[in-house]
Amino acid sequence: MTRRIRLVVLVVGIVAFAAAMSLAFTGMPHFGGDIHAYRDAAVSGTYAHDTANVVSSINFDQRGFDTFGEETILFCTVVGVAALLRPVHRERRREVSDAGLVLESTGLLVYVLFPLTIVLGVNVVAHGAVTPGGGFQGGVILSTGIHLLYVGGRYSLLRKLRPLVWFQQGEALGVVLFGALGIAGAALGSALFANVIPQGQLSDFISSGTVPLFNIAVGMTVCSSVIVLLASFLDQTLAIRADAGNDSVRKPRSGFEEGSAS
Amino acid sequence: MNYYAYFVAVGVMLLGVVGIATSRSLVHAVVCLSVAQSGTYVLLIAVGFQYGGVAPIFGGQVGRTTAVVDPVVQALALTDIVVSAAVTSMLLALVIQIAKRHQAIDPDRLGRLEG
Repeated sequence: MTRRIRLVVLVVGIVAFAAAMSLAFTGMPHFGGDIHAYRDAAVSGTYAHDTANVVSSINFDQRGFDTFGEETILFCTVVGVAALLRPVHRERRREVSDAGLVLESTGLLVYVLFPLTIVLGVNVVAHGAVTPGGGFQGGVILSTGIHLLYVGGRYSLLRKLRPLVWFQQGEALGVVLFGALGIAGAALGSALFANVIPQGQLSDFISSGTVPLFNIAVGMTVCSSVIVLLASFLDQTLAIRADAGNDSVRKPRSGFEEGSAS
Repeated sequence: MNYYAYFVAVGVMLLGVVGIATSRSLVHAVVCLSVAQSGTYVLLIAVGFQYGGVAPIFGGQVGRTTAVVDPVVQALALTDIVVSAAVTSMLLALVIQIAKRHQAIDPDRLGRLEG
């Protein structure tokens, strides 16, 4: 298919799609109206369990099984990326040096922001049931904080502070914890992922039953997943190089390196 | 004006689709897919919006009878973002593999099928 035909097909498709969507939108409730049936159901369900953050309550209390699926997607992605990005045939891992110019101001900023970001991440995870935030958001903040070390130009420091094995296990542990909490709901309560812990007082730090525990499990998984994912990509960019013996026709003298890599 | 936000959502999505179709680089195509998916966030949040509604976090002035925006679609948008990140990282890993195998990431130069 040439580029021209492809563009024609694209324009036809877009016109048809736009027409269908316009038709659908005119049949929808008006933007900003006050009829939200699901909102009302979710709000009363959240109030019954004394959870302040309705979004957290929906994610971890009312539709916990869906969130478990979502977490499994993340887990599988990490496994897939790790499988795709491992050093393959005719590649070798080289030692990465910390060379390169890093501005002193950047280094200072990293030293100041690194602890702040970690504390902020833990705070967002811990208060997921009370204030905006939760395991997903806090996990991403935590992993970003750890990668500030790389922005500061110290890949070796990042590698020391980030023992990858821990995070690979932490990720699995988070998923297992999430599933175990769900099964505990089935064993002690009425259904899978039921909120079996007493919910306490609305807006208290310790409130809303199992929601904070789910938040911690998800925070572990997300933080570890992002770290393992970024580690794979960083490794690919910095450490993995094609063997010089890749094009044996062009470079006949590379037999030595091929031998040492295997 | 009543459907303005919905059309913005579809516009963002179509922008991403056009980007994918006219793409000259697979990395560009992956980013365009993220743009297309961003349209769904706008649609979800627009569906749940209510004039005068506040954020769905209880406590203080927000009680049971206060009008809040729809939290269900916000939770769905959160799921959407997580899946988007997962898909993007998976596709970028595939692009790296394609670049290694074919020394090219222009979709027009990757026509040959391999079994």
